[in-house]
Amino acid sequence: MSIIATRGLGKQFPGVLALDELTIDIEPGVVGLVGANGAGKSTLIKILLGLLEPSRGQASVLGLDTVRESVKIRELVGYMPEHDCLPPDLSATEFIVHMARVSGLPATAARERSADTLRHVGLYEERYRPIGGYSTGMRQRVKLAQALVHDPKLVFLDEPTNGLDPAGREEMLALIKRIGGQFGISVLVTSHLLGELERVADHLVIIDGGRLLRSQAVATFTQASGVLAVEVEEDLDKLGHRLVEAGLRVHPDGRLLLIDIAGETTYDVVRDSVADLGLALVRMENRRHRIEEVFSA
Amino acid sequence: MTSVIHDIGYRHYDGPRLGRGYAVRSLFVHNLRAAYGLGRPAKAKIMPFLLFAIMLLPAAISVAITAFSASAGLGKSLPLIRYSAYAVYLQPLIAIFLAAQAPVLASRDLRFHVTPLYFSRPLSRLDYVLAKYGAVATALLILLATPVTIVFIGALATEQKHLDTHTVQFLAALGGCVIFALVLGGIGLVVAAFTPRRGFGVTAVMAVYLLSSAAVASVQGIAESQTRFGIARWAGLFTPFDLVDGVQVWALRLKQSAPEPPPSGLGGPVFTLACAAIVAGSLAILYLRFRKAGAQ
Repeated sequence: MSIIATRGLGKQFPGVLALDELTIDIEPGVVGLVGANGAGKSTLIKILLGLLEPSRGQASVLGLDTVRESVKIRELVGYMPEHDCLPPDLSATEFIVHMARVSGLPATAARERSADTLRHVGLYEERYRPIGGYSTGMRQRVKLAQALVHDPKLVFLDEPTNGLDPAGREEMLALIKRIGGQFGISVLVTSHLLGELERVADHLVIIDGGRLLRSQAVATFTQASGVLAVEVEEDLDKLGHRLVEAGLRVHPDGRLLLIDIAGETTYDVVRDSVADLGLALVRMENRRHRIEEVFSA
Repeated sequence: MTSVIHDIGYRHYDGPRLGRGYAVRSLFVHNLRAAYGLGRPAKAKIMPFLLFAIMLLPAAISVAITAFSASAGLGKSLPLIRYSAYAVYLQPLIAIFLAAQAPVLASRDLRFHVTPLYFSRPLSRLDYVLAKYGAVATALLILLATPVTIVFIGALATEQKHLDTHTVQFLAALGGCVIFALVLGGIGLVVAAFTPRRGFGVTAVMAVYLLSSAAVASVQGIAESQTRFGIARWAGLFTPFDLVDGVQVWALRLKQSAPEPPPSGLGGPVFTLACAAIVAGSLAILYLRFRKAGAQ
């Protein structure tokens, strides 16, 4: 079942076409929504939350229509906005309990789930202090906690690593992986950094200028490219000539030789050639596509 | 018991989800508490509680004097403060409370961009505005009705004559407190919602109160010196306390407390319609203001 489906979705703002003919189907799991700033990521999330009405087409979340059943959708999803959105004078505990109740949780459940959720995102003693004194990393955790406190089926995380230092980024990405895996909550996470999402997402949706560029599983982006990379300590040229003589297509690439794989025998030919020449083999590996190549292609 | 905190893993919630009505009530309670600084640092409690205490003083003093004069056998006991006059007499204090606390409710969510978190939950924008308005009006009602109730309890305790009349007047005055709370709350929230910084909000609400009062008072002074009493009475439309007092006089049959009564004939209905228009208009303006904020 798709957790998110759009059909010919379009959003026209005065003077700007934010989304254009967007048709996507997204399965449960961690989904990365990638695009440059202004590509339409936030607009798409707002339409999916039922906060904006599409100008054309339609969208559904968890099988519910975003225009007619938006209240029901908002009971079942969580949303972490990109920008700062926390009142400075409340403590994290006070604020998260309040947000749980506004999501419909009874008072006792709201308190229990707030304590649990703050612990899961990694806020401990400091949760009793006013949010105004928190670091950026701690604020991001509070923002994440309010999106998770009501145990949604799906969370929208808008640029969750924005403004974090490298260590903070790593921790946030690890948390996102845990939400999708251990917690069993589907995630739609946006970023303008592809490399970041490549590591946590199962599926990537790439949009540019409001249009869909790609929507496919991460595994298919990075599948074997049919190229074998070989590195030897010295005499790279000698090996290259030998392989060409053996009928292989070889491209030198710095300290590497890239060899088109013609079949199972290619590996044997390389192994035997290296052995015959008495060279020291450093590595021999199947080259995988990198997601960045999608953009350079 | 060991000192190790065990990671018990993630637990799903399969309890009830109480939906939109409960969400609105939760937001209402949260805002009502915020209006008195509850759930916030001690600093936030000082102003509302200080004003609340000062607001009670005249009621307590009035009851004490009446009780004393009755027990001292002065023959004729001194009358208590009139229930319906309380808000009019203490209007500067009420205006300060509104100026100090309306921005807490109206502009904080806008200033710190908290609104997207509310609108991504099972609330509509109208629900959100109604919860805010209800919270401000209830906070004001507590401020206005508590001292009036103390005076009434004083009347019962000192066994005033005509207690049946007292009861009717008290109940009518409570009705007046509700109208005061709705009209003042609406004006305060609208002014504060357009001033994202709290300091500006406080100043703006005070300015609206002081300027309208001063302008109306001077118009009334000039009009009376020229014996144009009609103009003096209509001028009351333009300051919130005189306006609501006009409704108390016309609709609730209470004695006038503002400098001028509402004009006879059309005056009462027009004053009442003006109050209704302020409440409806405030809701509409707040709805538009927060709808814009939520779409950002």
